[in-house]
Amino acid sequence: MSMATYAGRIRTLRHAAASRRRSTSLALLTALGAAFALALYLGDYPIPPLAVVQSLFSPLTGLTDRSVDFIVLQVRLPRAVLALLSGASFGLAGIIFQTLLRNPLASPDIIGIAHGASAAAVFCIIILGWTALAVSVGAFLGAILTALAIYLLAWRDGVTAFRVVLIGIGMAAMLAAAISYLFTRARLNEVQQAMAWLVGSLNAARPEDCIVLGGAMLVLVPLLIGLVRGLDAMELGDDTARALGATVERSRLGLMLVAVGFAAFATAAVGPVGFVAFVSGPLARYLLKGTGRGFPQAALVGALVMLVSDLIAQHMLPAVQLPVGVVTGACGALFLLWLLMSSGRSGRIN
Amino acid sequence: MSNKHQLLAAGLDLAYGDRQIVTGLSLTVPPGKLTVIVGANASGKSTLLRGLARLLTPTRGAVYLDGKPIHQMPTREVATLLGVLPQTPIAPDAIAVTDLVGRGRYPHQGWFRRWTTEDDAAVAEALNATDTADLAGRAVDELSGGQRQRVWIAMALAQDTQLLLLDEPTTYLDINHQVEVLDLLTDLVRQRGRTVVVVLHDLNLACRYADHIVAMKSGHIVAEGSPGDVMTEAVVADVFGMPSRIVRDPVSDTPMVVPIGRHHAGSLEGQAKRGVAVTY
Repeated sequence: MSMATYAGRIRTLRHAAASRRRSTSLALLTALGAAFALALYLGDYPIPPLAVVQSLFSPLTGLTDRSVDFIVLQVRLPRAVLALLSGASFGLAGIIFQTLLRNPLASPDIIGIAHGASAAAVFCIIILGWTALAVSVGAFLGAILTALAIYLLAWRDGVTAFRVVLIGIGMAAMLAAAISYLFTRARLNEVQQAMAWLVGSLNAARPEDCIVLGGAMLVLVPLLIGLVRGLDAMELGDDTARALGATVERSRLGLMLVAVGFAAFATAAVGPVGFVAFVSGPLARYLLKGTGRGFPQAALVGALVMLVSDLIAQHMLPAVQLPVGVVTGACGALFLLWLLMSSGRSGRIN
Repeated sequence: MSNKHQLLAAGLDLAYGDRQIVTGLSLTVPPGKLTVIVGANASGKSTLLRGLARLLTPTRGAVYLDGKPIHQMPTREVATLLGVLPQTPIAPDAIAVTDLVGRGRYPHQGWFRRWTTEDDAAVAEALNATDTADLAGRAVDELSGGQRQRVWIAMALAQDTQLLLLDEPTTYLDINHQVEVLDLLTDLVRQRGRTVVVVLHDLNLACRYADHIVAMKSGHIVAEGSPGDVMTEAVVADVFGMPSRIVRDPVSDTPMVVPIGRHHAGSLEGQAKRGVAVTY
């Protein structure tokens, strides 16, 4: 074979991989669209599909029906949009950490960042007596501070993936203890409020939550796109990455900050909904079958998992609205078991 | 090729934390030649290679690439001139061979210059040179140790640099693939005028393939020069703390180190009595 034939074959392989990525994204987008439509349609108050569509366009057309518009635009739409945005944020936060730390267990809900947000939120509720938005701000700061603490504790002439994971897991245990301690000092109604926050829920989704999280994503996504190329080199290990001319420390810090940003904003909006960050990356990679790193697909998977889990939480039991975290927690735990068992066989968990 | 790049170390101290590994080392890498660094375990070979490759910042002295201190040059610029294959690179899960080799094109790409036909050609050539073209569509996870090592070398080749530093590229390889890799590196030097520095364990292959051999012991260079000049029984005894006989490699006429060991010292005397030639 001549060199031109070889180059042609490389090009064909590259195009085949790109085509697999595209079709995966398309399939996920289709599923997401269907779930989104279902989220707007399903509910205790029956609204025919056409009326839903009409209501969605009512700000443009002026054709209003106050009770329908309230349910569609003020209740169902913010809830579905918030599920979408928070799911995508969790998915991205998860896959950034998992890629950067080369470990499927290294998602922010396992290495202590979600715990930091939780501990701060519980502290705000029980000790400071804060509610609603103030708690979200507290949770956000808690996530950022925890991430910072993990980074600084893991720092020894640079940061290695392994140390971040270990220190993160230690940090998570410590913060869980702190939460338990706070509970022992709390009154019953405070415990209830704190528990509701800890499970994570979309029941209280408001349009403002969507705007805050959406705004944050508008900043974070371009930053991520700027930084993601560095991973081409960094995935090969620090020495190889430096040899290829990547600025390893700077890119790693940048990517971690972006990931923490995604996790913190999403957690502040919906609480520490378990396992969404953890499952999105591995599921996206599974669908891609080795044809890509799967960042966009992980965002789509995260959004889909969140949206579908919330649909199940709302409609599985008549007259009871479960918090979405109960569903993601139950499914996520099964997924964790599957991951541990299957990677135990192939020995590929590092 | 006249545009050969110069790599040299001057008064180099390298350390991991407080542990000093290399002390006051100076070395000029001969351009357009295959240089092999040998030495016992923990003699500082890999550390020296990492220092030369700017992966480790010296505590004293400096490495110069074309007269400029390498640690102060933009790392991306260095990466277009000097390629490195570290001892233990990491392959991401389920990555395909072409994708991994394509990562070698990283320093040539940027925000506004993504993948081009030139990159396809470089990857194809690297795969071809390492005899891994048949593996192009496979996942790296599925490959044998030897195949994987060749794919990594292909990655370093795809970087298409004038200087290439490799840390024990023949580890994990069967003898036939060891020879293949060293033949390939020799091709790069002879046919394309590349400068190659490689750390090797096998003294006899080192002697056979090296244009220039550097023998290290506890962070110093004990001897350097052509294999014939460097590889003496005295040097082997000094570097490895082991008595040996140096004979002539029947194929390449280069020195060949035959270790003696405790159990065969006696049989040597017997051979000498029978008049068997045992020296080089």
